[in-house]
Amino acid sequence: MPFQLSSVRMFPLGDAALVLQLGDEIAVETHHQVKAVAQFLDQHPFPGLVEYVPAFTTVTVYYDPWLVSDWGRLDAYAAVETHLRQMLAQLETAPAAAQASVKEIPVVYGGAFGPDLELVAQHTGLRAEEVIALHSQAEYLVYMIGFAPGFPYLGGMNPRLAAPRKQVPRAVIPAGSVGIAGLQTGVYPLETPGGWQLIGRTPLSLFDPARASPSLLEMGDVVRFVPVSEKEYLNWKERPHEH
Amino acid sequence: MSIKVEKAGLFTTVQDLGRFGFQKQGMVVSGAMDAYALRLANLLVNNPQNTAALEITLAGPCLLFQEDCLIALAGADLSPSLNGISVPIHRVIYVQKGALLAFGAPALGCRAYLSVAGGFDVPLVMGSAATYARAGLGGWQGRALQKGDVLPMKSLVSEQVSAWSGKSKPEELFSVASWGIAADLLSAYTDAPTVRVLPGPEYDLFSENAQETFWQGEFKIATASDRMGFRLEGPPLELKEPVELLSSAVTFGTVQVTPNGNPIILLAEHQTTGGYPRIGQVISADLPVLAQVRPGQCVRFREVSLAEAHALYYQQERTLEHLSRAIHLQSKR
Repeated sequence: MPFQLSSVRMFPLGDAALVLQLGDEIAVETHHQVKAVAQFLDQHPFPGLVEYVPAFTTVTVYYDPWLVSDWGRLDAYAAVETHLRQMLAQLETAPAAAQASVKEIPVVYGGAFGPDLELVAQHTGLRAEEVIALHSQAEYLVYMIGFAPGFPYLGGMNPRLAAPRKQVPRAVIPAGSVGIAGLQTGVYPLETPGGWQLIGRTPLSLFDPARASPSLLEMGDVVRFVPVSEKEYLNWKERPHEH
Repeated sequence: MSIKVEKAGLFTTVQDLGRFGFQKQGMVVSGAMDAYALRLANLLVNNPQNTAALEITLAGPCLLFQEDCLIALAGADLSPSLNGISVPIHRVIYVQKGALLAFGAPALGCRAYLSVAGGFDVPLVMGSAATYARAGLGGWQGRALQKGDVLPMKSLVSEQVSAWSGKSKPEELFSVASWGIAADLLSAYTDAPTVRVLPGPEYDLFSENAQETFWQGEFKIATASDRMGFRLEGPPLELKEPVELLSSAVTFGTVQVTPNGNPIILLAEHQTTGGYPRIGQVISADLPVLAQVRPGQCVRFREVSLAEAHALYYQQERTLEHLSRAIHLQSKR
């Protein structure tokens, strides 16, 4: 599917970034456009491109004005805008590439690993096993990574699992905690304070600076949560490389 | 080659120009708050501009030099001294083994940069030496310096040192270069700066009253401010109507407004994305001045055009290029 150029907006974020806005609401089609732009920039970086940040409906392109302007001779913003318009004209939204492989994330649900599972069950009127089943049956799309290193914004949670944030946020949430907040579900990559309802925990490290790609997940990935036992969790923690 | 930390000071970290390329993975850039000053400090000792240096905040540390080396200080004037004798900033200083660098009362600005010829020898994490203390990552063991730390330096090009040996008086253990950087090439730090700003993507969502207040008002930097952001206290900035925004990128200098109407200016350790309306964006050329404001001091905002912002940035880059050439020539004499 080609881009509808008329619906693309571009505007500056300060003097060293340009925002490409590809839609106005969270939608899989918009996400595919975001992904296509990201892939194109990976494959064809222009001189002076610093990096880009994809989000739900936008790709923010950071540039070095000094380089892009040919050392002050050109209008830097206009140069980047022209470049991106030319890119969009060549671009098709990634059709086949959108069929990403499913990344499985093992999770121990409930107990000490998911202290709010019962609360979520009570709030939703479901049994704890049903919460686990609904949460682990769905496939989730990683719309973007943000807020914290490696933190995925996931789409696709069953609305029946929606539960409000905690009134008083926890001071410490262990890394790997899987939580629900409103209509969202997510995984905390690092130990942080937070207000999500915690229903489980994964032994996987969502962010590891020593890895070539530090974030386990990337924008565009498809994720499924796989229930595991506490024993499997501990095995995984002890011998992460055997899995 | 190393420096021993005799006293920690308030908050001293290893920084370079930042960790780029991983914001799409949610990784913050970090790096120097005043990148211009870090680049000056490196230029003075003939380092590449992105070399790891120390960012020293308000109350400086006491550092004992365990080898002869060349150093330079740039950015804030935190009243530095060597063995009790006051030394200037923006000059190359030849320091002998056993000299003790200390700091006094902050005279101007908030953050000083200490470069050593060759740079500090810390492992690169994701391509950068910048400390990101919140995640315990980068720099020196992912944290601020502590008493007793022995911070390694890369070995110095010997000809650079030998050019200086014999120049210092034996009782002083150091010697200051006769030349420095002209004052008009430095950032114009003040205690109450007016920083230049481009309207942000959500500027039009704010009420006319809020827009006027933003340009006319004075905003105080709250105590709860750090390298991630300055929380501002001032007249509240209200939206025309409540909005729910989808998360999108934010950057160094983004002025976002929280639901209570108070702005936050995001700084070197800004998160990669945010969902608050962005009323403005401080221009790149004024980030150094902004970075030197202390909690309790006030800032004002003035609107400029994108073309002006770029012109000011180019001017800064040209200054650095000229300085770089001049210093290369000087150090060859």
